[in-house]
Amino acid sequence: MTLKATLRQNRLLAFATALVVVQVGLALLVPVLGFKDPYLQVMAQRIRPPGAAHLLGTDQLGRDVLARIVYGYRTSLLTCGAAVALALVMGGSIGLIAAYYRGWADRLLMRAMDVLFAFPILLLAIGIIAVLGPSSLSAAYAIAVVYTPIFARLLRGPALVICESEYVQGARAIGASDARILFSHVLPNLISVILVQASILLSAAILVEASLSFLGLGARPPVPSLGLMLSEGRNFLLLSPWPAVFAGLAILFLSFGFNLLGDALRDTLDPRLRQGS
Amino acid sequence: MSRHFLLIRLADLLVVLFGVSVLVFLMIRFIPGDAVAIMLGANTEITPERIAELESRLGLDLPVLEQYARWLVGVFRGDLGTSIWTGRPVTQEIAASLWPTLQLTLMSVIVGAGLSVPLGAFMAQSRGKGTEVAVRIGAIAGLTIPSFWLGIVSILLVAKYLPGVSMLGYVPFSQDPLGNLQRMILPVFALSLPMLANLSRLVRSAMLDALSQDYIRTARAKGAGRRRIVYRHALRNALIPFVTSVGVSVGYLLGGAIVVEQVFAIPGLGRLILGAISERNYPLIQASILVVTATFVIVNFLVDLLYAWIDPRISQQ
Repeated sequence: MTLKATLRQNRLLAFATALVVVQVGLALLVPVLGFKDPYLQVMAQRIRPPGAAHLLGTDQLGRDVLARIVYGYRTSLLTCGAAVALALVMGGSIGLIAAYYRGWADRLLMRAMDVLFAFPILLLAIGIIAVLGPSSLSAAYAIAVVYTPIFARLLRGPALVICESEYVQGARAIGASDARILFSHVLPNLISVILVQASILLSAAILVEASLSFLGLGARPPVPSLGLMLSEGRNFLLLSPWPAVFAGLAILFLSFGFNLLGDALRDTLDPRLRQGS
Repeated sequence: MSRHFLLIRLADLLVVLFGVSVLVFLMIRFIPGDAVAIMLGANTEITPERIAELESRLGLDLPVLEQYARWLVGVFRGDLGTSIWTGRPVTQEIAASLWPTLQLTLMSVIVGAGLSVPLGAFMAQSRGKGTEVAVRIGAIAGLTIPSFWLGIVSILLVAKYLPGVSMLGYVPFSQDPLGNLQRMILPVFALSLPMLANLSRLVRSAMLDALSQDYIRTARAKGAGRRRIVYRHALRNALIPFVTSVGVSVGYLLGGAIVVEQVFAIPGLGRLILGAISERNYPLIQASILVVTATFVIVNFLVDLLYAWIDPRISQQ
């Protein structure tokens, strides 16, 4: 089925895709879309409610809330995208190696993953940031480490099945190298699992990154960050709730979009994995 | 439950706890640069004497293996180190902050898991395309609402429409039971909603799964009532995957509690850990992470046992 036909048939997938594409597009294209300067402070126009001059109002320093949210998308997606990609490379390699070589390599690697997995996610991330020092980069590393065992576990199972399959046995029989088997036979068959999980974990990572920034452990001011906007906005809540309310909604839409996308993709790519009914 | 199963799970538990202890122990050694100078740097002037003094106080001048052995022996004796700035045992500082976090987490588990069963069972009564989409969107929205934002918005709404209701801070239950519970309502709501959303969707699909099994048809054929079929036959089997998810959710709640505590100014472990990070009090950070993680690991161990007890097939595998 072509992409177009799939989207037409599955409205939920189409909706999720649209939500994600619009938000990612905004984040990528924001410098050329003519938004206001997110750093520009206009003291005469502090804590304005939404209006014609500033669609979503201004914050306590007179900065445009809409511009800060859109640039906040950029910060959030850059941090989380890099983190999830790194986790996928690390966790994916570990899961594949464990499934392919079995034996002690499998046991050793997966035990190490069990240990990382034993920590509550946010707590481990906070511990890592305590070591590295608070910054967006530390937050990205922390999220990458925290999600590594999840990717390793998620990919090891299906990889085990594929490694047992006849075509892998066949490739081995004609003398294909380990690397060739892993990269051109096993990995391509895991693409659908990877896409679904990457999307869902990205959704979770967005929440973790926002939480860390909210706690003052991620992005540093004055960088536009959705989590920071919430913690700054909280101090002016009764004076002007808008920055905090809109920043939270932005986090929700972003995280929601990726989660729904992963969920809908799961149905489309592999009906056997379907949850519910 | 077979003894074999119990032994295997116990061995798993020990391996994981050992690994966790090694990682937590190594934390200070992972700090880039001169860890001791960094620790001192937050509050005092750095002099070589001060560095040497703190180094020997933390045992950093010994070989690594000996450091670990000493630290581990201390942990078993209940000595998790001393706080750098106050000089008090960190266990005392943790104990003082433990109750609010424990209460918040426990109440959220009870509310989230408790409400998800009837909610999921109720949602399983309705099927069809519209319901599927509504359940899915509702569950995902509930799961992805940032709990700290929910907390902030609920504070805003209460401040606006119910002025005079105190909802920030914490009073011990023993001092003022009503005041304690009143202040817990919003934090528990904010913390448990994502869990409720996730678990009720899970219960619903497990219920639908269970209701389509042969034993339900048998129960129906022998004339069991609808209520009996739903609650006695389907729900009991549907709860099997549910139990594991509750165990995993506890980790999420322990992490989420740190953030929610911050929103509602609750003096729990979250505030302790964040304070320790800003004053670079590493022994305190180490000990807090160890205590919370060990709790989480042990809870999941117990959940595993419970799971095997509910579903005897598990321990046969």
